[in-house]
Amino acid sequence: MNLDKEECPEFWELRLYVAGQTPKSIEAFSNLKKICETHLEGKYRIEVIDLMENPELAKGDQILAIPTLVRKLPEPVKKIIGTLANEEKVLVGLDIRPACE
Amino acid sequence: MSNGKNLLSGDESVLEKTITGIEGLDEITGGGLPRGRPSLICGAAGCGKTIFAMEFIVHGAEMGEPGVFVSFEETAEDIKKNFISMNPNLNDLIDQNKISMDYIRIERSEIEETGEYDLEGLFIRLGYAIDSIGAKRVVLDTVEALFSGFSAEALLRAELRRLFHWLKSKGVTAVITGESGEKTLTRYGLEEYVADCVILLNNPVVNKITTRNLRIVKYRGSSHGTNEYPFLIGENGITLLPITSVGLNHSAPDIHVSTGIERLDTMLNGNGYYVGSSILVTGSAGTGKSSIAAQFANSTCKKGCKCLYLAFEESPKQIIRNMNSIGIDLRHWVDKGLLKFHATRPTLYGLEIHLVTIYKLINELNPDIVIFDPISNLISVGSPDEVKSMLTRLIDFLKSKQITALSTSLSAMGNIETSVGISSLMDTWINLEAVETNGERNRTIDIIKARGMSHSNQLREFQLTDNGIKIVDIYLGSEGMLTGSARVSQIALEKAQKLEREHEIERKQREIEHKRELMDAQIAEIKSKFETEEKELERIIKQEKLKEKILKKDRIEMAQMRTADKED
Repeated sequence: MNLDKEECPEFWELRLYVAGQTPKSIEAFSNLKKICETHLEGKYRIEVIDLMENPELAKGDQILAIPTLVRKLPEPVKKIIGTLANEEKVLVGLDIRPACE
Repeated sequence: MSNGKNLLSGDESVLEKTITGIEGLDEITGGGLPRGRPSLICGAAGCGKTIFAMEFIVHGAEMGEPGVFVSFEETAEDIKKNFISMNPNLNDLIDQNKISMDYIRIERSEIEETGEYDLEGLFIRLGYAIDSIGAKRVVLDTVEALFSGFSAEALLRAELRRLFHWLKSKGVTAVITGESGEKTLTRYGLEEYVADCVILLNNPVVNKITTRNLRIVKYRGSSHGTNEYPFLIGENGITLLPITSVGLNHSAPDIHVSTGIERLDTMLNGNGYYVGSSILVTGSAGTGKSSIAAQFANSTCKKGCKCLYLAFEESPKQIIRNMNSIGIDLRHWVDKGLLKFHATRPTLYGLEIHLVTIYKLINELNPDIVIFDPISNLISVGSPDEVKSMLTRLIDFLKSKQITALSTSLSAMGNIETSVGISSLMDTWINLEAVETNGERNRTIDIIKARGMSHSNQLREFQLTDNGIKIVDIYLGSEGMLTGSARVSQIALEKAQKLEREHEIERKQREIEHKRELMDAQIAEIKSKFETEEKELERIIKQEKLKEKILKKDRIEMAQMRTADKED
């Protein structure tokens, strides 16, 4: 396993799919913002896609559940669904290792 | 979509229905699936759920109802590949925005769950697909895949309930497929949510033979056929056979059709079989059952009528060759398109599928007569009861279409009852038997029954000659019933005896003549003798008279000489 020797990704491109300004969407966004600020400061970008406005975009990332967070970069693509309430789970899901901090 | 409809429709005004376009299904449901509501199609793997769903969409698109096909298992490309053979217009329909295909991929390993969520994304996606082509039909194949993708089952169930309500509110007719569960209809109990129409597909294997069945488990607000209906997945998709809905109300015309054998026509009231009747030809091996069938086919084609020949034992080529040997040229009719052979081994598939195949062939060809050769071979596929029930339905179906059906059946030597026990279903029953006498086997033919006809009750001898079938009278006389060479020799013997008798009479007559001649001769002899004697006697009498005269003269002379007194 050479994961530790792997270079830390430079940039994190994240997409948050929501459907309107629902309480869950708002909660997910604020949770995500908090995690990113804490662990990926300056190395991330969050794109919020409202499927109510752009329903055709749901197909591309195979979105079923709302809210869904998609890690576009670094590859591979990863998905986390839910309000992102559990920080540890989000970190594991996004594969943000302490080494990167 | 013709027969059976009357039986089951009647409440269409109450519940609006959407025609599925699946052959036969619209008949048993009385017009299709409930319009604007979700229907559940459940069944084990390989039952034909996806084909069912796809047909529903494609036929809808062809009828002007666009549809969305959402697959959770296969990619749109794969599905297209699978169905393009069934409907070559599939790509056109997609291009014309009449069909939209969507593949929803759920990969558990890629998804991490944390916190609350709902499936609004699925709703949005579906809603977008529906709205973009104005879909009236939706297929979800199979929505159960969601259960493998998400861990929160309670949430999923709530969302599914919402989904089905939402589909209803969208006014689309939806088909949802589901995998069979162990105790429930579907593995995840989808039937709880879809209350309007549930259709179960299965394919049990009995005696190593698979039969596909379809059953309507429930159909709220509508009457429907309740049986298990067999169906076939052919190159044109699903064909369902609602043949159990055929009733006993077929008409019985008073028209005849020739058997193709003149003497047999004579035996049957002079006109042959009734049109639309069922004829059974039984006989032990090698008695000429197929020949009678072929002769009938031949004479039917001669009149320009169509014949379907279902062979369960021999290949068409073999039948053609064999019939050539008795002077029946069937190839000719095959080339002309009047005769169609369909040869299958009975064990190739289940009874029901045989029935569906036959039903399909008949609908395609529209024949005037159908020949089953031999029907008894079907018994190898099922139990006698099943075979009988299948044949009952088949015969009813044929009668409803006014098709004359001739079936041959192998019976055990000397036992005229058929192994299938279907004789009671048949209108005319011809029995062929092989009679063994004096070291030879000869065929006899007789009519056991012929409903509605005053038929001959006499056995005839049945011969297969180079010029077809020949029926001759058998010998019935003091020596009993004789056939074959025994009959011929008996006839010869009788002829000789007759000749003998004639000679005898002639001789006697000659004798009389002779005696008469003899008598005449004797009479003539006696007569001539008498005449001779008569002449002699007359001569003597004359002499005597002369003597007396002379004497008298002498006396007178003497008296004169003595000058005696004159005497007088």
